[in-house]
Amino acid sequence: MKYSATSRRLFIKTSALAGVGLVLGLPKLKGEALSSISKNLPPEFINLEINPFIIIRTDGSITLINPRPDMGQGSIQAAPSLLAEELEVSLEKVTIIQSDGQSKYGSQQSGGSSTVRGLWYPLRKAGAAAKEMLIQAAAVKWATTTDNCFAKDARIYLKNTDKSFSYGELAEEAAKLPVPKNPKLKNPAEFTLLGKYNKRLDIPSKVTGKAVFGIDIEVPGMVYACILHSPAIHASILSIDDSKTLMVKGVQKVIRCKRTMPHRQSDAVAVIASNWWAAQKGRSLLTVKWDEGQLPTTQTTDAYFQKAYEAAKKEGVRHEEKGDFLAKFNTASAKLEAVYETPFLAHAPIEPECAVVHYKEDGTAEIWAHVQGPDGGLADAARFLGIDQDKIKFHVPLLGGSFGRKAYHDYLSEACYLAKELKKPVKVLWTREDDITQGPYRPGMLSRVQGMVANGKLTGFHHHAIGESIVGQVFNGLKPDEADPWLSGELSTENNQYQFPVSKVSWTHVKTEIPIVWWRSVYASNFGWGQECFIDELAHLAGKDPLEARLDLLKDERFRKVLETLAEKSNWKEKLPSGKGKGLAIFASFGSISACCITVSKSGKGIIIEKAVSVIDCGHYVNPDNVVAQTQGNIVMGISAAIKDGITFSNGKCDQTNYHEYQILRMNEIPEMEVHIIQSGAEPGGVGEPGLPPVAPALGNAIFAATGQRIRKLPIDITSIS
Amino acid sequence: MAAYQLQINGKKMFAEAEADMPLLWVIRDVLGLKGTKYGCGIAQCGACTIHVDGVPVRSCQIPIAELSRKAKITTIEGIGETPLHAIQEAWIEEQVPQCGYCQSGQIMSAVALLKGNPQPTDEEIKSAMNGNLCRCGTYDRIQKGIKNAAMALKAGASPVSNDK
Repeated sequence: MKYSATSRRLFIKTSALAGVGLVLGLPKLKGEALSSISKNLPPEFINLEINPFIIIRTDGSITLINPRPDMGQGSIQAAPSLLAEELEVSLEKVTIIQSDGQSKYGSQQSGGSSTVRGLWYPLRKAGAAAKEMLIQAAAVKWATTTDNCFAKDARIYLKNTDKSFSYGELAEEAAKLPVPKNPKLKNPAEFTLLGKYNKRLDIPSKVTGKAVFGIDIEVPGMVYACILHSPAIHASILSIDDSKTLMVKGVQKVIRCKRTMPHRQSDAVAVIASNWWAAQKGRSLLTVKWDEGQLPTTQTTDAYFQKAYEAAKKEGVRHEEKGDFLAKFNTASAKLEAVYETPFLAHAPIEPECAVVHYKEDGTAEIWAHVQGPDGGLADAARFLGIDQDKIKFHVPLLGGSFGRKAYHDYLSEACYLAKELKKPVKVLWTREDDITQGPYRPGMLSRVQGMVANGKLTGFHHHAIGESIVGQVFNGLKPDEADPWLSGELSTENNQYQFPVSKVSWTHVKTEIPIVWWRSVYASNFGWGQECFIDELAHLAGKDPLEARLDLLKDERFRKVLETLAEKSNWKEKLPSGKGKGLAIFASFGSISACCITVSKSGKGIIIEKAVSVIDCGHYVNPDNVVAQTQGNIVMGISAAIKDGITFSNGKCDQTNYHEYQILRMNEIPEMEVHIIQSGAEPGGVGEPGLPPVAPALGNAIFAATGQRIRKLPIDITSIS
Repeated sequence: MAAYQLQINGKKMFAEAEADMPLLWVIRDVLGLKGTKYGCGIAQCGACTIHVDGVPVRSCQIPIAELSRKAKITTIEGIGETPLHAIQEAWIEEQVPQCGYCQSGQIMSAVALLKGNPQPTDEEIKSAMNGNLCRCGTYDRIQKGIKNAAMALKAGASPVSNDK
């Protein structure tokens, strides 16, 4: 099947470019155009759509559209804030609704930490354009010039008078005006909302149980589905015995169905019932014989890593090179070579995958699905159902966590498949076991690293990235002799800014049928480990403090500032007692630079993680408290990824089934945390992901500092550091 | 299918369900109280935490037929309708939730903790809250929220619990 035409990286670029397009493409709002724009809106919004993101009704009520689904990262506050700042309205007084996938909203995917950096100009321009139109309308009414008018708190005022109009009073006239192509944006010094602490307005609903997540959707006449997937994921069905299942009260039907993944389509069996508990009970009573083919031998993590370690003995495909690395490495007298390993990981959001689809007799459909991208969800649903996008009404409720997972629409494919069979609303809800055992996962990867030192300096670095490719498996977009293009965003000199005299990035593609996808911070979560631990190794080989060794290599002022701030805030230079150690790491991803310092102390045979200090330079941001919250979350998830067992496959099947086997960090395991934001005033960078990549290597380096043990393979068993 | 009479959030409710249906699904899908969440089904994540007679329990583990007829159930919908409970106020003040999905369970555990132990130590907080997973990683703020709520309660801010 055709999944999405563009890779996530490409997608980010185009969404940034769409900044220009969105404003230029603002709909003409005269006469017939206005009614055509309004026809797809709920009746309560058929009024004056100044532009796709701002709806002002004549009664003065204002609705802002959030084009990026919220999965906890705060886009529900961030995106409307960009509009509200320039429109001069208060978020407390507007209604915020989620976009529905229609193309007029541009790209709507929450992913790649792209909401603020992708929408910083487009949404501000949309807000500013609307404000200018309202001012123009007021100026006409007062028979004055626009410079005599100003906007404040959803009103246009006439200077030096007490005259004013509400936006509602002006909206009708404003909507008839041409949309300014280059509205004037506020100077950041004038911001009243952006960059300021503001409480998130979604939080009250999240402390009272009123917030509506994907799993909470219920529509009249709905039936529930619990789906049996093959333990080996891609096995095909030989036979189904559903006699016991059909005796369960509430069970209505057993349907053979399909789970569509980007790289394969797999067999599954759905139990349809009047309630989900009955469906799940019915599923447990199914007897299905599967043909697993070669999967028990080919689809194992051992087989995968064996191939990867074989690849680590050979040279890969070159991605970028500065100087002749190999020649210099071969003749260097002080050098090191190592292989770092990261495991497969599940996203394991606490809300499992879920979708409600109603395919109607008239060939239209209505869908409620907690996807990360309404546009991609709508496009995929149209393919799954075999109908045009304009026949589908798509709703995106809140996501109860995602971390990349819910942008993979296999669960939606199942709901679409069943809805077409049933012709009534059906809710597909995965069990936790489905979520853990079925993937997709963050791929396990190897970093084969080589480097050399001379005269107290690090003089060369080669990072050979090895493993499955997301571009390859998810987008079927990687040629055999091509290095994964996403390495640019992780390991290129342009990204990490390390100025080695010679350096090289290379790649070997090792394939697996285990479904993979992006996971919070994507490959940066894998390769940050190898890069930053090995820099530490080289620093020690050179007899250099790991902080100084990095500063020696970094000329970029922002990187230096992040490291210097980290050194200060973590008291890096303090003398520690024996048995204690600090480690640091820095990694740039998604347009931001983040560094972390972790302090550990020996305890019995293992260590205790005492403290984590993180520094982030994300340029301009919306809400400092949310930057802190996301970075705290990244410390927790980063430590979880570093010390808890990953996903393994034996005999073709996932060895972990639920949170007792795939453990994530609990409250008693978190260290003391500090987060510091650099006020660089640079172009906005990402916030949801960049805090994660430096965490694991900071921990590994701290363990080395405290114990002398160099760990190169994740996860780390911190209870036993021999 | 049997009919069960339940006391939830101070109200009498009737649910028709199979005897082995866990309370979680009775509450969510039969009675339509969606604030209580499913996360794992095996008492590992705490998202489904409710109070039975004031005690925090995992509702995914209690078949409806095993519930005492006199049991008083409290769900997140019964905590601090008006005014908000001190824990909920503290959650807003500390901006605890990110995705918010686990927070009903977190709040139910925290409310029960403060009811039995109005001034918990850090260790007591961790021990009471360790069964509640949060994948967004809001633990630090949860700890602070509980401490703030405990202080507010000491100062007489709002009732210990609106458990009905």
